[in-house]
Amino acid sequence: MCIERDSGEQPRELLERFALGDLEAFEALFQGCHRDVYKWIVRIVRDSAVAEELTLETFWRIHRARARFDPARSFGAWARRIATNLALDHLKTVRSELMPLETPARDPSGGMMADPVRQGEIRQRVAHALHQLPAKLRVAVILALIEEEPYERIAAALGISIGAVKSRVFRAVRKLREELKRAGIEP
Amino acid sequence: MSEHHDEKLRELLREALPPVAESEVNRDLWPQMLRRFDQQKLRLSWFDWVLVAALMIWLWFFPEATAALLYQL
Repeated sequence: MCIERDSGEQPRELLERFALGDLEAFEALFQGCHRDVYKWIVRIVRDSAVAEELTLETFWRIHRARARFDPARSFGAWARRIATNLALDHLKTVRSELMPLETPARDPSGGMMADPVRQGEIRQRVAHALHQLPAKLRVAVILALIEEEPYERIAAALGISIGAVKSRVFRAVRKLREELKRAGIEP
Repeated sequence: MSEHHDEKLRELLREALPPVAESEVNRDLWPQMLRRFDQQKLRLSWFDWVLVAALMIWLWFFPEATAALLYQL
């Protein structure tokens, strides 16, 4: 696993060759890491075709920025940071594919019903509420609450402090609750 | 906000958007990466095109300079 480990995952000699522009070294890093980069991106964008394209773009940027890479640092962490920025940019530019839901879905009993149709509706409203969040908050919620990534890793990937990640998750949860309350769902 | 309510919200989120931890790349992406390299090699910036155009105009008006240019190359 390339980007799952935060240090020492690639031989120093390979990283030095990569930084000097050796294409074989870059290919070795690509072959060793692109699956992990893809897995990370697909967790955020949740679309395999987009994730593949962003994985290629990540490695393209990695190659272009090779001269600025310090072989003493973690290649995986660097790759994850670039991949996260690209995924975040993608979320900012792509609008939600879900249609806005106007009518509140009231549950007379106040709880969740076992009706599959109703459950499907609730899932759709929750997904809609999540898509209404600003991209920065959405990424924090997806990684922290859905994918259950450690705050430390999320912070490193986003280039912010752990406190800032917690703050984003807190703000996102508050907004989600408000949005879901408007839709007649009280988690 | 109680922990119970947080857990309920988390459950709702995970039901609406299940985790995708098991997703894998379906194909070899390296050939596409190589294609990007090839495209980059062929791509000329607008400044390069301006230089090429200026050179052609220069050679049109001063064809005798061709020999000097080839000597410099």
